[in-house]
Amino acid sequence: MKLSEIKEILNADVIVGEDKLDIEVKTAFGADLMSDVLAFAKAGSLLLTGLTNTQVVRIANVLDIAAIILVRGKKPPVETISMARNLQIPILTTKYILFETAGRLYSKGIVGCLEKVEPGSE
Amino acid sequence: MNPAVNKSEDTLNKYSFNIEGGNFNDAGTVSTRIKSILKQKGLPNDVVRKSAIVCYEAEINIVSYARKGTVNLTITAETVEIEVIDEGPGIPDIEQAMEQGYSTANQQIREMGFGAGMGLHNINSYSDKFDITSEVNKGTFLKMIINNPQSTKDL
Amino acid sequence: MDIGTIAKELNLKVISASDKMKNIVTGGYTGDLLSDVMANSHEGDIWITRQVHQNIVAIATLKEHAGIILVNSCEPAKNTLEKAIAEKVPILVSDLPVFELTGKIYNLLAAAK
Repeated sequence: MKLSEIKEILNADVIVGEDKLDIEVKTAFGADLMSDVLAFAKAGSLLLTGLTNTQVVRIANVLDIAAIILVRGKKPPVETISMARNLQIPILTTKYILFETAGRLYSKGIVGCLEKVEPGSE
Repeated sequence: MNPAVNKSEDTLNKYSFNIEGGNFNDAGTVSTRIKSILKQKGLPNDVVRKSAIVCYEAEINIVSYARKGTVNLTITAETVEIEVIDEGPGIPDIEQAMEQGYSTANQQIREMGFGAGMGLHNINSYSDKFDITSEVNKGTFLKMIINNPQSTKDL
Repeated sequence: MDIGTIAKELNLKVISASDKMKNIVTGGYTGDLLSDVMANSHEGDIWITRQVHQNIVAIATLKEHAGIILVNSCEPAKNTLEKAIAEKVPILVSDLPVFELTGKIYNLLAAAK
C-alpha cells in the first residue's frame, strides 16, 4: 500500500515527506516503548507511536523504518521535524488513537511484523 | 581470497566513541555511526542490525544513568565486538537488573519511551556473547560480541 | 461483546480473574505509556499493552477497563499478577504483536456493532 493511501485511511497530515508519499508499505509496528521498537520492528515497516521526541527518528533511521505515524494528533517538536527532514524519514500525524489507527490499517490489509533475529538466522 | 588483504588486526577496524551522561539530544548518535561503519564495510544486514540494537540500548543506559562513557568497536573477519565502559553509579544487583521489567528509570526517561526494564534483556538476547561487570559508585563494563556468519575477510 | 468471547476468538491465555469473563468490552485502547492510558482510555475498554509493571493493574482498576491483554507472550511481573488476582482484574496474554492483536480486536468489535 502506498503511503498516500495510508494518509487517506487515517485522515493524516503530512509533517515531513510530502515528496515520499508514493513509497510502498506492507507491515506496521505499534509501540510506545523504544526498546520494543528496537527489539522487534522490521525494516521497511510503518512505526505507529505516541512518542514525538528525537529518539523516535533516530531509532527509525537505525532500523530503516519506512515512515513514522504519530497518533492522538501529536505534533512533534521542531528538533524532531528537522532531524526527520535531514534523514528523509516521513512523519504523518493522525487524530486517531493507536487502537483506531492500527485497527483501520489492519482492516485495509496492512499486516503486523514481529521479527526477532535469532542467532544464526539468515 | 588474497591473504594480503586480510587485515583483521588493522587499526582501521578499531573505533572509539565518547558518550556524555544526561545528554538525551545526542543519545543514539554513536549507534547511528556504528551502523553506517558496519554497512560501509559490507557486513551482513543481520549483523549490522544486531550491533546497532545492542549499542543503542547501551548508549541509552549511559545517557540515562552514568556521568560519561566510552564505546569501543572492533571489527574482525568473524565478529563485531562492542565494549561499553561507563563511569557512574554502577549496578548493585546485576541479576535483578537483567530481569525483564526491572528498572530504576525516572519519569523523564520513561516518558521518552525508555526505562521499561528491557534494555539489558535486549542486549543479552541480541548478542552472541554478552559479559557484564559492575562496581557500585565506579561504573559498569559491557562487552557484546556479534558473530559474522559470513566471515567478511576483505574488510 | 464480553471478554470471554474475545479470549476464545483470539486464543488468549487467561492468567487472572477467570471469573470475570462476562465483563463487557465497549472499546479498545492500545498503549504503553501509563500517563497516556490514564488520561485517554475509557471505561469498558480492553487495554492492549506490553507493559508488565504492577501499575497497569492500578490503572485498569481506576479506569474501569474490561481487562488487560499483554502482547508478544509477555509474562506479567510477579507482583503484577498478585495485584491482578487481588483486584479481580482480568489479564490475558496473546502471542501476537500489538499491531496485529489490535487489528483483530478492532475487527471483532466492529463486527459486533
